[in-house]
Amino acid sequence: MNSRELILGRVRRALADVPRDDPPYDQAVDRDYLREHGNLGVEETVGLLAENLADYRAIVHRCTDDELPALLAGILSAHGSASVVVPPGLPPAWLSAADITRVEDRAESTAYDLDEVDSVVTACALAIAETGTIVLDGGLDQGRRRITLVPDHHICVVRVPDQVVSSVPQAFERLDPARALTWISGPSATSDIELDRVEGVHGPRTLEVVLVSGAGLA
Amino acid sequence: MSGTYLGMPAFPKAAHEAVGNQTLRANLRHATHTIRGKRAKAVAEVSDWAELREAGKRIKDHTLRHLDRYLVQLEESVTAAGGVVHWAADADEANRIVIDLVRMTGESEVVKVKSMATQEIGLNEALEAEGIHAYETDLAELIVQLGKDRPSHILVPAIHRNRGEIRDIFRREMSEWGRPAPEGLTDTPAELAEAARLHLREKFLRAKVGVSGANFMVAETGTLVVVESEGNGRMCLTLPETLISVVGIEKIVPTWQDLEVFLQTLPRSSTAERMNPYTSTWTGTTDGDGPQTFHLVLIDNGRTDTLADEVGRQALRCIRCSACLNVCPVYERAGGHAYGSVYPGPIGAILSPQLRGTESEIDASLPYASSLCGACYEVCPVAIDIPEVLVHLRERVVQGGPATREGTKVVLKPAKGHAAERAAMRAARWAFSHPGALRTGQRLASRTRRFHPRTLPGPGRAWSDTRDLPAVPAEPFRDWWQRTHGGKDTTK
Ligand code: SF4
Repeated sequence: MNSRELILGRVRRALADVPRDDPPYDQAVDRDYLREHGNLGVEETVGLLAENLADYRAIVHRCTDDELPALLAGILSAHGSASVVVPPGLPPAWLSAADITRVEDRAESTAYDLDEVDSVVTACALAIAETGTIVLDGGLDQGRRRITLVPDHHICVVRVPDQVVSSVPQAFERLDPARALTWISGPSATSDIELDRVEGVHGPRTLEVVLVSGAGLA
Repeated sequence: MSGTYLGMPAFPKAAHEAVGNQTLRANLRHATHTIRGKRAKAVAEVSDWAELREAGKRIKDHTLRHLDRYLVQLEESVTAAGGVVHWAADADEANRIVIDLVRMTGESEVVKVKSMATQEIGLNEALEAEGIHAYETDLAELIVQLGKDRPSHILVPAIHRNRGEIRDIFRREMSEWGRPAPEGLTDTPAELAEAARLHLREKFLRAKVGVSGANFMVAETGTLVVVESEGNGRMCLTLPETLISVVGIEKIVPTWQDLEVFLQTLPRSSTAERMNPYTSTWTGTTDGDGPQTFHLVLIDNGRTDTLADEVGRQALRCIRCSACLNVCPVYERAGGHAYGSVYPGPIGAILSPQLRGTESEIDASLPYASSLCGACYEVCPVAIDIPEVLVHLRERVVQGGPATREGTKVVLKPAKGHAAERAAMRAARWAFSHPGALRTGQRLASRTRRFHPRTLPGPGRAWSDTRDLPAVPAEPFRDWWQRTHGGKDTTK
């Protein structure tokens, strides 16, 4: 007998006490927990997102569509970045004002190549206000998972309010499990040494989030 | 389980020694009290905590009660998404599978993200014996690995080490494993973290094979989930060409939607955060992004035996948040190593004797590593009634009775030398059906400061006289609980 059959056989014998009419999945779980906490308006939800992001030591900026290129250029130069990784589908207008070396993420670029780059700019799939989380799903304006991991400085642009949900349950409704997802709440952090929080162990040490309002630059 | 812990003294002896270690006690007290306070605040922030806890409990219970069906469904969906599923009945088989998979890649080193399942099966040692180096990449695991030490906490494995000890370990050992510690390394957490970053980055960048566990697996979609803080998880999950995930069969949830419950309760219960810095989910392989080969090794290793026990089964609901450790007065004094297992604290006291059986001295003593104060149950985000299982396992140790070992029903004999415990057992059962009496008994016992946490009311004393358990708290546990939580208990 192979181990698959062995284990499944053991499981079935172990569950001999479970009656045939045991409640099916949709009746077994009460979902009377909340879909969101509180009843905030659109602007307040965006405000909560900004507050929670900042509470987890992300640097938060707000601007309109028109202001975005100048803001991104300013953030990159303030950080002293000489190069930036650009996902294939990032709207070209976003970086139109930045005087900086652009590194396209290609299939053949290695982790070593990415390690040489100072910053990365991406969009996101959505952001969760209650937890201060941005979620990336590998869309063309976000790129491969590694590009937001290896460079030390990540700038993430969130379109508000349409990319903002209030809560974790609302996020799961909108996300596609078939795509590889990365949820990010603040920069990389550890509390392993006497529970003192230290930012930036392996992931980016600086996370800047730009909340941009308007129809969205194409 | 792993051979690492064989030869451990039984809990009372190990605990007694740990209690005598001043540094360890100070490190532990600082850590558990800090997390405990923060956690209560994080939980109080969500008004529906009780409902989330109940939903989490029910999702896990339902899954366990139909585990065969969900395992098969998971296998189908992982395979459909481009992964390869392997089944391992025990630790040896799981290690063998991983060794063969690594060999097939032609590589001789792997990077690892912290995984209790791989610690449980002793994977690092098994790989090393075959000439394959496994690098732990979580900062705390690195500290433990470099210190030739064992983890002592589920979430903060190096909780027993202070910054000075960590600096000494880094200075002494890093050069043996790769990039040495920077010159003049001080003991500030920021510098220590930076040293770890530099040391590990060279390993991440060249890594071809990653090994992980998983916090959850979704049967419906074949999705795996890893929850972490540092980004070492993301490194191990996305940079290598091959990813091997070793996961216990109990980690399944039926649907994608179920994650909405656990991604609310897990971070708040473990690190007291609204959300941990990073969560990664992946479903098989993604073209051009991340590992192009994905293997899932599903391990039993005692889980089906645990499943066969109708009372003990609930231990498999555990989502390894470690909240029960941080509130446990026994853990706080004894430290994680005293439990002789990768699963320390209250959950370890019920999980290890079920996964491994109660034949060894350490496993037979673990159900006694508790004051039965119930704090572990109150904080548990999936409402595992740890005291109930402890009493049940005590009964098994002292009275013997039916159990399942490696899939076969056996009748255990009463453990030798436990005659006095048999009386204690009856007392404990009685006390459990009379909660008022238990409360009174505990308060009296701890106020006397002579027996607590080692006495039970009435005949229980016969048992306590034969045991040497940790020193008593200065304040009765329940009084402390009232004081520090101010009656603000938001759990059901
Ligand atoms: S038993 Fe409960 S509280 Fe303890 S680690 Fe598991 S889930 Fe957390």
